[in-house]
Amino acid sequence: MENPVMNTTLTYREALKQGIREALQNDKDVFLMGEDVGRYGGAFAVSKGLLQEFGEERIMDVPLSESGFVGAGIGAALAGMKPIVEVMTVNFSLLAMDQIVNNAATLQHMSGGQLHVPLVIRMGCGISKQLGAQHSHSWEPFYAHIPGLVVLSAGTHEDARGMLRLALLSPDPVVLFEYTGMLNLEKEVAVDSDILDISKAKVLKKGKDITIITYGIGVYKCLDAAAELATVGIDAEVIDLRVLRPLDEFTFLASVAKTHRAIIVEDAWRSVSVSSEVSARIMEKTFYDLDAPVLRLCGIEVPIPYPAHLEEAAVPQIQDIVNAVKKMIHHD
Amino acid sequence: MLQSDIKTVQINEKKGLLLLYQMLLIRRFEEKAAEQYSKAKIRGFLHLYIGEEAVAVGVIQALNDDDNVLATYREHGHALARGIDADVIMAEMYGKLEGCSRGRGGSMHLFDISKNFFGGNAIVCGHLPIAVGMALASKKQKKTNITCCFFGEGAAAEGEFHEALNLAALWKVPVLFVCENNLYAMGTALKYSHAMTDIEKKGTTYGIESAAVDGMDLRAVIEAANKAVKKVRSEEKPYLLVCNTYRFRAHSMFDAELYREKTEVDEWKKRDPIPQYQQFLLQKGWISESEIELMEQKIEHKIQMAVDFAEAGTWEPLEQLTKFIYSEK
Repeated sequence: MENPVMNTTLTYREALKQGIREALQNDKDVFLMGEDVGRYGGAFAVSKGLLQEFGEERIMDVPLSESGFVGAGIGAALAGMKPIVEVMTVNFSLLAMDQIVNNAATLQHMSGGQLHVPLVIRMGCGISKQLGAQHSHSWEPFYAHIPGLVVLSAGTHEDARGMLRLALLSPDPVVLFEYTGMLNLEKEVAVDSDILDISKAKVLKKGKDITIITYGIGVYKCLDAAAELATVGIDAEVIDLRVLRPLDEFTFLASVAKTHRAIIVEDAWRSVSVSSEVSARIMEKTFYDLDAPVLRLCGIEVPIPYPAHLEEAAVPQIQDIVNAVKKMIHHD
Repeated sequence: MLQSDIKTVQINEKKGLLLLYQMLLIRRFEEKAAEQYSKAKIRGFLHLYIGEEAVAVGVIQALNDDDNVLATYREHGHALARGIDADVIMAEMYGKLEGCSRGRGGSMHLFDISKNFFGGNAIVCGHLPIAVGMALASKKQKKTNITCCFFGEGAAAEGEFHEALNLAALWKVPVLFVCENNLYAMGTALKYSHAMTDIEKKGTTYGIESAAVDGMDLRAVIEAANKAVKKVRSEEKPYLLVCNTYRFRAHSMFDAELYREKTEVDEWKKRDPIPQYQQFLLQKGWISESEIELMEQKIEHKIQMAVDFAEAGTWEPLEQLTKFIYSEK
C-alpha cells in the first residue's frame, strides 16, 4: 500500500519561516542574527514571532553594521556556533563583502585547512515591486565567482523551506539567496518533502526538445513558459540549477546531450554571469551534441529602473522565454 | 631611574627572564627573517615587528592558553610570544609544507589552532568583527575564555573598527582590543589619518573602558595588560588598551621610508624596549651580563635551527593545489 502524499499550500515566506524554525528547534548552537529580525519581525516578516518563541539569545537584532555582524558570524562559527546571519538584501551585502570573500571564503585555505567556517548567510535577492536601482539587484554571479563559498538559490517553495537545514550541515560558508519578489506567492508542497540534496541541480520538468536552464526567480517563469510551449507541441526540459557554486554541471550536460538545445534564463546582468559560465561549460564539454548555438536570456545591462513597465522590460519574462524557444526550435 | 621602577612588580624572576627571552627571540628572529628575505628565501610581503616587542610579549603573558588571539599581518612576534615554534613559523615564511599553515599562508597568515592563534589577518581591521564573534560565542556557550585582538592605529580609521567596538559594547562580550599605535599606517602618520589622535578616546565613545600605555616599556605593558585581562574576564565586557609604540624598521621590505626622518627613528631607538628591560633585570640581580650573552647564544642557535628546519622543508605537491577550498567530507 502506498503512503498518500499529504500536500499543503503555503507562501514562499511561510516556507522560509518553517525552515528557520526547524533549524532553531533542531540545534541549540543555531541562532539567527540580522537587522530587524526580532522586534520588527523581519524586514519582510519572515521571522515574525520567532523572537517570542526562541528569545533574545537566539534571535538577535543587530545594528546596521553589515561588515561587523557578518564578521561576528564568522567568528562565532569559528568558535563552534552555527550562526544564521541575515543580511537583509543582497543590495546591502556589498558592505559585508570583505568579510564574506576575504575571511569566510579564505580562512580555511590560508590556515592550511585548520579553520572551518560553518556559517549560513541568507539574503533577499532580485526584483520585487518597483524598489528602484539600489534595492533590486540580482547579484548571484558575484558570489558564485568565489572559491570557498557554497552558493545556493532557493527558486522553489521546497527549497525555501528545506535548503537552510541542509546549509547548516555544511562545514563551509553558505550564501543562501531568497527571492523577495516571491514572498507572497502560494504553492502547494508536500507536507514532508524528500530529503533535498544541496549538491545537485534538479530537473523540475522532463522534456525532450530543449533544455531550459535557470535558477532563482527564473524557475517558476520557466515552468510556466514550458507549460505554454507544451500547448504548441514543444516538450521542454526545465532545470533549476539550485547550487550556483560548486556548480553541478552533470545534470545540465546530460540534459543537453539528450535534447541537443539549451537556453539559459536569469535575471542577473548578462556579462560575466551564471549563464556565461553554464554556456561556456556546454560549449567546452558537449559541443558536438548541440544542434543550435546556446541562447541566453538575461537581465538588460541597466540599473533597474523604477517605473513598472521599464522594470518589467529589464528582465526576461515568460513570453520572452516562450518566443525565444519557439524561434530556436523552428528557426524562424 | 626608569619610570617603570616605581610600578608594582607583577612578575617573578622565572617569568621575568622568560619575557626577556621572548623579546630577544622575536628581535633576532626578525633580523634573520630580513636576512633570509634579502637572500630571496622568503618572498611576498614581510612586515617586521622590531621595536614593538614589548607589546606582544607584555599582553600575551597575561592570557590563558584557552584564550583566543587574533593579530595582524605584522604578527611573527605575536606567534612566537604565543608559543608557536620558531621552526614552523620560519617554514611558513619559506612557503614549506611543514609551516604552521602548511605554507599556504606565508608571513602574513600564521595560524595555529592548537595555540588558539587565529592569524595572521592581512585586511586591515577585517579581523576585529571576527574577534567580537568569537567572544560572542564564548558568552553564548558560557565559556570562561576571552578573545584578544591586536591591530594597528591605522585600523582605527576603518569603519569595521567602529562597528566592532559598538557591537562588542552592545553585546557585552569578553574581548580585549589591543591597539598597537606605532604612529604610521604604512607611511601616513597618525596626525594625517586621524582627526582625534588619542585612540583610547574612541573606545570610551562606545562606553568601553580604555587606557593608553607606554608600549616601549614592557613592565608598563604587563601591568596594563594584567589589569585589562582581569577586567575583561571578570566583568565579561570589552576593553581597549592602546600601546604607544614605534616600529624601528620599514613598513615592509618595499618601503623606502620617505615619510619620516632618520632622527625621529633614532630618538625612538633610545627607548628600545629590550635594553630598557635588560637594565631592570640587571638591577634586580635576576640576570648578569654574561647570562644575557648566554641567552643570546641560545637564541642564535634556536633561530639557526629554525632556518635549517625551513631549508629542509618540503613543497606541497602540485596535485594538492585545490585542497582546503572546501572541507573534506
